[in-house]
Amino acid sequence: MHTIWTIAKRELATFFDSLIAYIILALFLGFSGFFTWLYGNDIFLVGQANLRVFFNIASWSLFFFIPAITMKMLAEERKTGTLELLLTKSVSDREVILGKFLGSILLICIALTATLPYVITVANIGNLDNGGTICGYLGLLLLSIAYTAIGIFASSITTNQIVAFMTALLIGLFFQIIFGVLAQNFTGSLGQFFDTLDLQSHFESISRGVLDSKDLVYFLSITVLGLYLGEWSLSKRHIS
Amino acid sequence: MDIQIENLTKSYGPQKAVNNINFDVKTGEVLGFLGPNGAGKSTTMKMITGYIGIEKGDIRIGGKSLTDPESNFKQHIGYLPENNPLYLDMPIIDYLEFCAALQGVEKTKIDDRIKEMIGLCGLNREKHKKIGELSKGYRQRVGLAQAMIHDPEILVLDEPTTGLDPNQIIEIRKLIRDLGKEKTVILSTHILPEVEATCDRILIINRGNIVANGTPETLRKQAQGNEVLKLRIEDGDVETILKSLNALDTVQEADLVHREENLFEVQSVAQQSSKRNIFNLCVEKKWVLTELTPLETKLEDIFRNLTVN
Repeated sequence: MHTIWTIAKRELATFFDSLIAYIILALFLGFSGFFTWLYGNDIFLVGQANLRVFFNIASWSLFFFIPAITMKMLAEERKTGTLELLLTKSVSDREVILGKFLGSILLICIALTATLPYVITVANIGNLDNGGTICGYLGLLLLSIAYTAIGIFASSITTNQIVAFMTALLIGLFFQIIFGVLAQNFTGSLGQFFDTLDLQSHFESISRGVLDSKDLVYFLSITVLGLYLGEWSLSKRHIS
Repeated sequence: MDIQIENLTKSYGPQKAVNNINFDVKTGEVLGFLGPNGAGKSTTMKMITGYIGIEKGDIRIGGKSLTDPESNFKQHIGYLPENNPLYLDMPIIDYLEFCAALQGVEKTKIDDRIKEMIGLCGLNREKHKKIGELSKGYRQRVGLAQAMIHDPEILVLDEPTTGLDPNQIIEIRKLIRDLGKEKTVILSTHILPEVEATCDRILIINRGNIVANGTPETLRKQAQGNEVLKLRIEDGDVETILKSLNALDTVQEADLVHREENLFEVQSVAQQSSKRNIFNLCVEKKWVLTELTPLETKLEDIFRNLTVN
């Protein structure tokens, strides 16, 4: 556990040292703030004192920004050879994966914390549904850990950051849109199958304030699978 | 801590990078790992440090196999990989702290260890810089510092002196020699004088096979066989000198190398030296012996003999 924390701390420090963190924070807040408050189906148009609009926009921003956060994690280390240095310290492959995972999750948590003024603002405008808001944030967090795990897996299979970014986005795209579209186009058990895989429907049900163990299991399985595949991809060096 | 390597094999596809090699390294020994490019040096080192898995055979560190999940062998090893990869965006001190924490150095001791390493590796003037701002030689020192930060019993150094200037090379070699008195050191290189300057034992590896294993002296003796002397004898007739030299009973063969300069090359009979006999001969005939140099087989020659073909 101590090792995981050490690695996570270093990742976070690197984010803030290299400006990536500030850029991501600024873009995330700018993007979600713009669509929440100023443009399109914004909070004033909806006219209800809830943050449903924000949660929807934030889920899309995270979908784009998480691959940007995770793309360099292992791809860069592989490319520069520091992965060899890291893995020959007394750490296991799993600790490296979990450390990197924790590091990116911490950055995302900072980004989400920075949106708390939105909550305070809306709470002042009208009667805010506290339970719904907490569930919304929980939904965003669950969505983030799933996409981060996917991003880390994508980063583990290549030495090129752009390839890692694109791969993560492509895999994410299936969960974000394609499974949903397929679910609408198929009927019967196949349609149901795709509906189960669709991330949006799970996210929406949580952010509506319905906490179902089914949704929790869904997000956690993607996370565990992504991290496991990442670890497997690191361990492939032993057999090649 | 001793290292035992038994029947170690590793192949990349159809090519055997390391082919059934066996060797031991003992505490207090500096082992020089020598070989042409692509001979399997780095692959062996990567297996010892646990970066890549063992295909066949076994590596035992302090008696415990690396494949034993209970052995936390990585804690006892300090490793400087080839090309010295480093996190260029980190400041030196933060980086050393990170490495120390990963290697399980106690929190209260981390600061002292970092100070010690910075002193030992001569990083004091640069310590507040980011690693990316350092010149190659200083980066190499950071690489050494991170390898030694947790005071490991085993040091595995893959080409530790590349990129250093001559003064630094001498310093680092001295450092390795000093460390080698208490620790187990394996270093790879293809700089031959480096091996002679730092290593107690040489292991030459070629195409995945060990082709020589021994101290520099024994290797030289093995390769050299008979004593060869270069002589310059003046004040005498060249032909007479040559005849007299050939007549000596310790001399197997005497040749004239340069007629005008009276240069001869004398090969002695196996296990015998002709130096005294030659001197006595010259005294007896009143010739002047102006040069007598034993010709040593250089490490370069041994290396070439063993690795070319």
